[in-house]
Amino acid sequence: MNAPAYNFAYLDEQTKRMIRRAILKAIAIPGYQVPFASREMPMPYGWGTGGVQVTAAILGPADVLKVIDQGSDDTTNAISIRKFFAKTAGVATTTATEDATVIQTRHRIPEATLHADQVLVYQVPIPEPLRFLEPRETETRRMHALAEYGLMHVKLYEDIARFGHIATAYAYPVKVNARYVMDPSPTPKFDNPKMDNCPALQLFGAGREKRIYAIPPYTKVVSLDFEDHPFEPYRFNAPCALCGAENSYLDEIVTDDKGGRMFVCSDTDYCESRQAAGHHGSLSAAPYKEKAQGGTNG
Amino acid sequence: MVDQAALENDQPLLVATSLSKSFGRIAACRDVSFSLYPGEVLAIVGESGSGKSTLLQLLSGQLAASGGHVSYRMRDGVARDLASLGEAERRFLYRTDWGFVHQDPAQGLRMAVSAGANVGERLMAVGWNHYGRIRETASDWLTRVEIDTARIDDAPRTYSGGMRQRLQIARNLVTEPRLVFMDEPTGGLDVSVQARLLDLLRSLVAELNLAVIIVTHDLAVARLLSHRVMVMKGGRVIEAGLTDQVLDDPREPYTQLLVSSILPP
Repeated sequence: MNAPAYNFAYLDEQTKRMIRRAILKAIAIPGYQVPFASREMPMPYGWGTGGVQVTAAILGPADVLKVIDQGSDDTTNAISIRKFFAKTAGVATTTATEDATVIQTRHRIPEATLHADQVLVYQVPIPEPLRFLEPRETETRRMHALAEYGLMHVKLYEDIARFGHIATAYAYPVKVNARYVMDPSPTPKFDNPKMDNCPALQLFGAGREKRIYAIPPYTKVVSLDFEDHPFEPYRFNAPCALCGAENSYLDEIVTDDKGGRMFVCSDTDYCESRQAAGHHGSLSAAPYKEKAQGGTNG
Repeated sequence: MVDQAALENDQPLLVATSLSKSFGRIAACRDVSFSLYPGEVLAIVGESGSGKSTLLQLLSGQLAASGGHVSYRMRDGVARDLASLGEAERRFLYRTDWGFVHQDPAQGLRMAVSAGANVGERLMAVGWNHYGRIRETASDWLTRVEIDTARIDDAPRTYSGGMRQRLQIARNLVTEPRLVFMDEPTGGLDVSVQARLLDLLRSLVAELNLAVIIVTHDLAVARLLSHRVMVMKGGRVIEAGLTDQVLDDPREPYTQLLVSSILPP
């Protein structure tokens, strides 16, 4: 049921037009942070107010929405945002990556290959990749304008000097379209290669910081590195304990206080569809049976 | 046969023509003109409030002049007016062909990142992309400014005042600039550390054929380091000439006062 007290997708039309103009500008200048008049949303900052505003601005009645939080469709944040749009826009929702037209995400890119009819909306806490190296906003803007990115390498240098390798594991800086250095939001660096030449449109919204940026489809996205310390995606060296996947990004789950742990796919939809297709991992028996009895999922 | 290097040295590197700067009714700098040649060290001396630092900021393009102009001979040999440079060009000049040594090292250094990264930053800014080579160059420079290379991964906030100042010098010289501005580089250091720093600066300046404009109120520093001296008072240059000439045989009453106010050793 649509809630009649709200406009379609919560935001009023003028606000959506303002956000859409920012999005168009962001698409026209890949990787450039476009300021926009971020609104108060009925959720606290840090819970995805930027992503929600972008989603609200691009959502149409025919869209199918998927929301993930750390790869998972069923955590609090993902469920409440999904419900929010089901209620205020009445759009269809899904957990299947394939079927979604708009995917709002916090900290992951789905494992399934995205296609050209999809839009990926990222929730971004801190859009400025240079923030912790240069505290002055006036200065970082000037550095972006003049493409002065030596400082970004200072951060990577520090990593190698301290840890022997580039230890930045998430929010790994990328250069978009050979021009702007961009923070890909705190996605693990495992996901960085997926942004390169991606058929789907990628939009980034930072609500508290009031910035929107974008990567248009089929845009070159390069992770920064050194010649003698090239970029390497990181993954735990184990198969998924539930579906046996060897190439997905894994979460580490502590199972007892004696050092027991299991590794499972962070992308729940990917893991479940693999299990449904008959793939098994070392620990899949019990949860697999439970699911068959309960039959609530899906 | 024409010696190209000698020919280069015959042309001024930086020319200031009737530079003025006023802040409202206060004229901080009035009608200053001089030429600086490659490899030459020019000291600007005078008491507090005489316009030394304002002049340095005008010369290094950090402040826009109210009148007059500064021209600088770029690496391609063409002299250009600093005011006509775009911001990108000026910043590029600033981190390649120029250096700026601040009195307070915290202003010129990134206190939270390691010494190696501090020295390497300029290299990375001009596109160096090989960690091994950056580190090698950084440790080479630390050796040249007499910092133990074992401390390469320590942040400058763990360094002593003298070490910080030497690190700041290394950070500025790593791109082999031709002109270095120094604002009271020995201020706040104790006498023995000052002596070592001056010694180091003198050898580096000779070795690299650096042109230096150094602002100081310490006449001893001017005497040790510089070839020429300009004495400022109330925003004007009241006396200029060879260092020994000005300091041993001062013409202006104010300069005489300045020189006589040094305690005899």
